Amino acid sequence: MLPDLPLHLPPLHLAVPLMAAPVGVLWRRPVLAWGWAAVVSAVTLLMAVTTLVTVLGHGPVSYAVGNWPAPWGIELKLDILSALMLVLINGIGLLTVLYGRASVQSEIQASHQYLYYICYLLALAGLSGMVITGDAFNLFVCLEISSLSSYALIAMGKGRKALTAAYNYLVLGTIGATFYIIGVGMLYMVTGTLNMADIALHMQAAPVNRTEVVAIAFLLVGIGLKLALFPLHKWLPNAYAHAPTAVTTFLASTATKVSLYILIRVFFTVLNGAPLLASHLWAEMLVPFAIAGMFSASLVAIFQTNIKKMLAYSSVAQIGYMALGLGFGTVNGLAAGIIHMINHAMIKGALFMAVGCAVLRIGTSASGAVRVESWQGLGRRMPLTMFAFVLAGLSLIGVPLTTGFVSKWYLMMAAFEKGWWLVAVLIVLSSLLAVVYIWRVVEAAYLRPALPGSDTSRCEAPLSMLLPLYLLVAANIWFGIDTRFTVDLAQAAASALFQPVTGLNGGAQ
Amino acid sequence: MITMVTLIDLVLFTLLGITAIAMLRIRDLFAVVMLSGIYSLVSAVIFTDLDAVDVAFTEASVGAGISTILMLGTLALTSTKEKTPRRQSWGALLIVLVTGAALMYGTVDMPAFGDAASPINSPVTDRYITASGEETGVPNIVTSVLASYRGYDTMGETTVIFTAAIAVLILLGSARTTDAPVTPRPATTRSLELRPILRAGAKLLIGPILLFAFYVQFHGDFGPGGGFQAGVIFAAGVILYALIFDMDRARALFRPAVTRPLIALGVLIYAGTGIATLFFGGNFLGYSAFNPHHPAHGQELGIFLVELGVGITVSNVMMTLFFTFCGRRRP
Amino acid sequence: MSWTSLIDHAIGHYNYWVCVVLMMLGFYIVIASGNLIKKIIGLNLFQTAVIMFYISMGKIDGGTAPILVDPEKVSGPVVYTNPLPSVLMLTAIVVGVATSALGLALVVRIKEAYGSIEEDEILAADRASDAKEQAQYAASAAQAAKTEAAQQGHA
Repeated sequence: MLPDLPLHLPPLHLAVPLMAAPVGVLWRRPVLAWGWAAVVSAVTLLMAVTTLVTVLGHGPVSYAVGNWPAPWGIELKLDILSALMLVLINGIGLLTVLYGRASVQSEIQASHQYLYYICYLLALAGLSGMVITGDAFNLFVCLEISSLSSYALIAMGKGRKALTAAYNYLVLGTIGATFYIIGVGMLYMVTGTLNMADIALHMQAAPVNRTEVVAIAFLLVGIGLKLALFPLHKWLPNAYAHAPTAVTTFLASTATKVSLYILIRVFFTVLNGAPLLASHLWAEMLVPFAIAGMFSASLVAIFQTNIKKMLAYSSVAQIGYMALGLGFGTVNGLAAGIIHMINHAMIKGALFMAVGCAVLRIGTSASGAVRVESWQGLGRRMPLTMFAFVLAGLSLIGVPLTTGFVSKWYLMMAAFEKGWWLVAVLIVLSSLLAVVYIWRVVEAAYLRPALPGSDTSRCEAPLSMLLPLYLLVAANIWFGIDTRFTVDLAQAAASALFQPVTGLNGGAQ
Repeated sequence: MITMVTLIDLVLFTLLGITAIAMLRIRDLFAVVMLSGIYSLVSAVIFTDLDAVDVAFTEASVGAGISTILMLGTLALTSTKEKTPRRQSWGALLIVLVTGAALMYGTVDMPAFGDAASPINSPVTDRYITASGEETGVPNIVTSVLASYRGYDTMGETTVIFTAAIAVLILLGSARTTDAPVTPRPATTRSLELRPILRAGAKLLIGPILLFAFYVQFHGDFGPGGGFQAGVIFAAGVILYALIFDMDRARALFRPAVTRPLIALGVLIYAGTGIATLFFGGNFLGYSAFNPHHPAHGQELGIFLVELGVGITVSNVMMTLFFTFCGRRRP
Repeated sequence: MSWTSLIDHAIGHYNYWVCVVLMMLGFYIVIASGNLIKKIIGLNLFQTAVIMFYISMGKIDGGTAPILVDPEKVSGPVVYTNPLPSVLMLTAIVVGVATSALGLALVVRIKEAYGSIEEDEILAADRASDAKEQAQYAASAAQAAKTEAAQQGHA
């Protein structure tokens, strides 16, 4: 008997890449490993889009793994936000695989490339698993799958600094995961359940309890470490700077986004309607950290000579904007945070892809190729790559007609709605800092002479890299003009999250 | 009420505390690794005392066994002395004190230790205790929850172990390692070989250890144990043989061409069981669908299969980790 | 609060307090130690203490290990200790050993690349190579600017 596949899609979002990874041990030739990863990514993307359509048409999906109803078994739960995250993760995944073939060939030794693609599939499985689960402990397991594979992917970078970057990420990431587990344990202690919605129901019913307060604090610090929320971001700049460029592209566009998703889940599903939320200013607590991150990380970015590291610090600043959206504690604020999460994935994806194109052609040492001096004269040498970099850079700054503008517009609207005028002004001011660091690169590429002894002949990146890059750049402009898709979905997701949790199994029982 | 158990706990906890403080103070890493093995063993005793026999079993075999061996392997490849720090790190102390104070504050409202009426002994646990015997046909509740009610978690856990193996192969499995038996055996191995008591003891033990691994694998439904513990014990038997007798022979028997496909196979058996249940009309990992007339029989079959997958992956991952660390030559 | 209730509270919570102390000892080793291997050992200690915390919450006074016994063979009801924390912590132990293995493999590679496993020595080595690279690139950028200025002057 053939199973009714659409009905069983939820567990397959995790199971398909998870099974594809061990199968990948069979194809050791790089081209086969790459083809396998690409096919699997295409299939999972198709599944993610199907799920999004289902969720938009018929409301949230709940799936009882093993036919054990929640809270006895593990419940998978897909609402608009999780379906949207699935599409984002798998879409970026497919693009980076297609893009990554040439980049991986040049940055990773041939005998290790199949292991790279296995790790990528595992990371994809872990990230997808995190966004579909409705169980607080299962989330930890999926988090560890994605974390361990990320550490390995980062360590594959050229040069010894990749090793120390991966090590530091491993130590801080494990501390974060352990804090998360302490928080979950304390919540379990006072509610007796691990299902997120069930925890919420128990917490709604009970008065505020000191164990709960500490549990939430530990969850926030743990997730904050994985999210690289200022001042817990110390691992991120080196990890992004020294990882292979394809890895940086994938992780920068997905991993921190999924951490933000977990933060949203904790605030809006686990703490749904809890008296705790009313008696403590949890959301507002994020605001000072968000704003401090926006400014300090942007300022540090200005003084970086390593372009990858500069963009990494910029990511820390951008995480500040997303956390700020969450900190408003309103439907519009949350929607703005989600919009920026999607948009930033496209922006940083495009920027890191452009960097990867440049690294491929400059081809000196790993750290030399991403130095701003090495990019001098690149405007003439790689006009298409640099043009894409400029367009994506404009989007990062937030120039009208780009996605970056859309996010900042909605963030400012949310600030006005709360009457936080100063915050709105700070959003504009911090955006000006992005102008400075993007300009430094543009100036070097177009206005500075090439370094003596460097190759100045025109030499573009291969089409296989340029196409995905321009696809993302086009998305940056398209969704900057036609905002219906992103904004409507984000607003629908945000208002769904503000609905009270009333029962288990998608509220059906 | 102070009971005998409380007193035993108190003594063991004090031991743990002393061990941990010693680990903090001592700069000889070899001693620290040994202490961490002792710490794991004492923890395992406490876990037994707290009725968590499966966890005790695992902590003893992993914490005191595999982890210690991997750490010793790392020490052999790096160095065994920690540099004396130049200054006290007050910042770290502050962070730890604040975190600890927060946790202490959190304990105030916790239900008392051993309280049967605490929230976690709730409807969720009640069903596991009262119904799991009939629903899954497996007397060990830890096994039935692990492999069936929360089988999805365990699939993830198997994947984590698989990921670790892939990651270690990426990092240490390169040109520096040789799969062929040309590696000079480490001096320590050869000196171990010359000790008659070790040799005789090991000869007596290795057979029963491997046999015991199979017992733990297939008896995990009824007593403590299961695929994970069995895999670790099997690997420990092989590692013991490799350390005391013949590294090359062990490596030749469990060469990468054998272990690597098996690592993958275990994960595939687990997830494949989940896919198979779909074809029988159940949900993912809903083993009852295997046998609609006797759901418990279907459960038993499913649990057997996934535990087998776990055992295969874990034993081969542990061996791969050991051989990869030991196969690497000191730079 | 009377003295007896305070003592009751202490007896009811001492397990958790010990776990907190052990967690913090491990946590301190992780963040204060400069030796990369010791940091991993600290992480292990931290995680084992968290496992202890979970297992402590599952214990029921007078309970027995959660393996069902034949009701006909015993007299009276059997109290089973909560199995769920055990299940969760089995997973946590596996995750812990996986993380350790990966961390130790990284340490071996770091030792090969830097010749050291002490944090401050590695940092110093990175700083030195950064400074060298910085000087080298600054010099070539200055030279490029000079050449261009000369060419423009020539034109």
